[in-house]
Amino acid sequence: MKAEDEKSIEFRHVSFRLPNGKTLLADLNLEVRQGETLVLLGRSGSGKTTTMKLVNRLLDPTEGEVRVEGESTLRWDPIKLRRRIGYVIQEIGLFPHFTVEQNIGVVPRLEGWEPERISARARELLIMVGLDPDRFAARFPRELSGGQRQRVGVARALAADPPIILLDEPFGALDPITRREIQQEFRRLRERLKKTLIFVTHDVGEAFLLAHRIGLVQDGKMILLGSPADLLASKDPEACAFAACLSGAPSPGGPA
Amino acid sequence: MSLLDFLLRNHREVLKLVLEHLLLVSVATGVAIAIGVPLGILLTRKPSLSKPVLGFANIMQTVPSLALFGFLIPVNLYLFHVRILGGIGARTAIVALVLYALLPIIRNTFTGIRGVDPAIREAGKGMGMTDWQLLFQVELPLALGVIISGIRVATVICVGTATIAAAIDAGGLGRYIFRGLRMNDNVLILAGAVPAALIALGADLLFGCFERTIQLGRTINTKSRKIIWATASVVALAAIVGMVIFFSGKTSGRIAVGSKDFTEQVILGELLAQAIEAKTGLDVERRFDLGGTMAHEALVAGEIDLYVEYTGTAWLAILKGQPSSDPRQVYSRVKDDYTHRFRLDWTEPLGFNNTFAILVRGEDARKLHLKSVSDAAKVSNQWRAGFGQDFMSRADGYPGFARVYGFHFEEVREMELSLTYRALAEKQVDLIAGNSTDGLISRYGLVQLEDDRHYFPPYDAVPVVRQAVLEKYPELRGVLKQLGGILSVEEMRKLNYAVDGEKRQPKDVVREFLTQKGFVR
Repeated sequence: MKAEDEKSIEFRHVSFRLPNGKTLLADLNLEVRQGETLVLLGRSGSGKTTTMKLVNRLLDPTEGEVRVEGESTLRWDPIKLRRRIGYVIQEIGLFPHFTVEQNIGVVPRLEGWEPERISARARELLIMVGLDPDRFAARFPRELSGGQRQRVGVARALAADPPIILLDEPFGALDPITRREIQQEFRRLRERLKKTLIFVTHDVGEAFLLAHRIGLVQDGKMILLGSPADLLASKDPEACAFAACLSGAPSPGGPA
Repeated sequence: MSLLDFLLRNHREVLKLVLEHLLLVSVATGVAIAIGVPLGILLTRKPSLSKPVLGFANIMQTVPSLALFGFLIPVNLYLFHVRILGGIGARTAIVALVLYALLPIIRNTFTGIRGVDPAIREAGKGMGMTDWQLLFQVELPLALGVIISGIRVATVICVGTATIAAAIDAGGLGRYIFRGLRMNDNVLILAGAVPAALIALGADLLFGCFERTIQLGRTINTKSRKIIWATASVVALAAIVGMVIFFSGKTSGRIAVGSKDFTEQVILGELLAQAIEAKTGLDVERRFDLGGTMAHEALVAGEIDLYVEYTGTAWLAILKGQPSSDPRQVYSRVKDDYTHRFRLDWTEPLGFNNTFAILVRGEDARKLHLKSVSDAAKVSNQWRAGFGQDFMSRADGYPGFARVYGFHFEEVREMELSLTYRALAEKQVDLIAGNSTDGLISRYGLVQLEDDRHYFPPYDAVPVVRQAVLEKYPELRGVLKQLGGILSVEEMRKLNYAVDGEKRQPKDVVREFLTQKGFVR
């Protein structure tokens, strides 16, 4: 409708402090446009995950505001907000007592879809993430390999077709080869889906492969927000450190 | 008679007691689940409550069960005109069982839910589950195995504790155990204990099975979930129906006769009951076998209307008076105190005194010309004495006794009271302190020595009645007056022996006695 619509997610002077006074994020400003992939890059404990949790209101900012689709998250009903946002975490968090199909169908079921429609959607998504529905739909998570579980996790986040998807180091626990494969597949999938993505990682190769823009986070501050090329050009020591990882990486693939 | 013989011969009664036991356990467990699981869930939402609540449940488990029954009997708590707490019978037993069963259920619900992987909880929350959806779709199903293992522990505790419920007339297999202990009859004890153990094992296996299938994760598809919910609803429904039946209280227009939990008391209870039935035509309810001071508690609480008490017991154990050996003085003081403190009336003494009897073998008494305890004290330097634990420890027991009479035994052996008679007869000891009305005294030809220094307080058996009942049914007074002096010590011994020694039914023994006395035709 309006120009506001362009901005899917917006952080305005956002700070987040723990009740004990420790500051995890300080004066964060950023915007993510519709269909854009923003990769939050940084060391462990730098504040990437905190940033992400502010989007789906698992956390509320102590200062400033986070806007989703033009509306402050505090004015959103948290349940409605979360159902518009797909969420994939590193531990995956598949429900061990649900089958693959039931896991994928969680949000549609919460939204009250018909069982047939849920089932059809689950099979469609399984195919999309490269798993044979006939073989995998009825399995339990413990009967899957790590890579298969991640694919199911991604399928689950996509189930109700949310416009925004948050991914918190989704491929962090995989072996390097599987990770490489799944990253490539995810990139192709992303091109088809045209969704707004926030992707948290500490793997600079992954960031370069997937990012339209990269936000480099250090000690709760956004020290760089720009294209992968901007990161390479930066003189900032932290940016240089990450860039060095990239060139020093022994993997033959390199940046896309 | 072997255990199997007994069970086969009494299969109807055994089955009834097993059913009573199962009902007690399932109602109590059902109620404990209905309270414990929601409470456990609440604690996961308000962790600050967890310390006080778990602490309370912990303390409840350490209270000895008889003490807990004792606390609960005088309580009067009504909910919509239905008494939910207090009195004797299944109601109080169930409340006590619930209190015991709560801890494992609350604790396991709490730890089971807290133990759910935080990543899974966060995933659920992040996907937009409400707190209820998270609870019912994620947390409870994942904690189910742990919760069921808590229920399993609670059930086994209940099966065990329910045997003690017989002490407050709540029925169940404890009846056999208590009766067996009283009559020193191992077959009877086993007839209660073995089925109770089997029930406990069965419950343990059943819940263990549940637990394993759930941990394998095979059962939590929609169909099995329906089955689980259906089972849970049936248990809950049974619990509610059982509660309503149990809680519907004492029927009015009846005289409830109580008794303590030993043979003589059951005989005396039966005596009161049959006399009242014969002379007044009032409906009599028998609530026998009340353990400890439960009979007194029940009488004060109005759960029973009368029972036979002993003057010395009332004076020392209930009124906490100083030991006194004058029968008339003790009788008039308990009568006064009971009137003022409890509004209870002591009627005519039945005629015998169930006190400690200092006993020797008949042959020794004849050979040494022993008539009184003082006579024995003079010749007892080489003697061994056998006393029950009770006599060794109580205020009017051994230490004072030895001092007053100047006894110096070669050896004093402490043993189970019921075994001392045989020990005396078999010359393992030479003097014992038995009960003056014990049937074994005549059986073994023992001689009771006269308490010539009046050391022992009198324990005259006297019916104690609620004044309210005497006012409502004045005809009771006449019946109880007629019972005055009806039983001598020898007659009481004979009746006791007929039940303990000859294994006859108290009911038959009492009917025969009353007929012989011309009380009934």
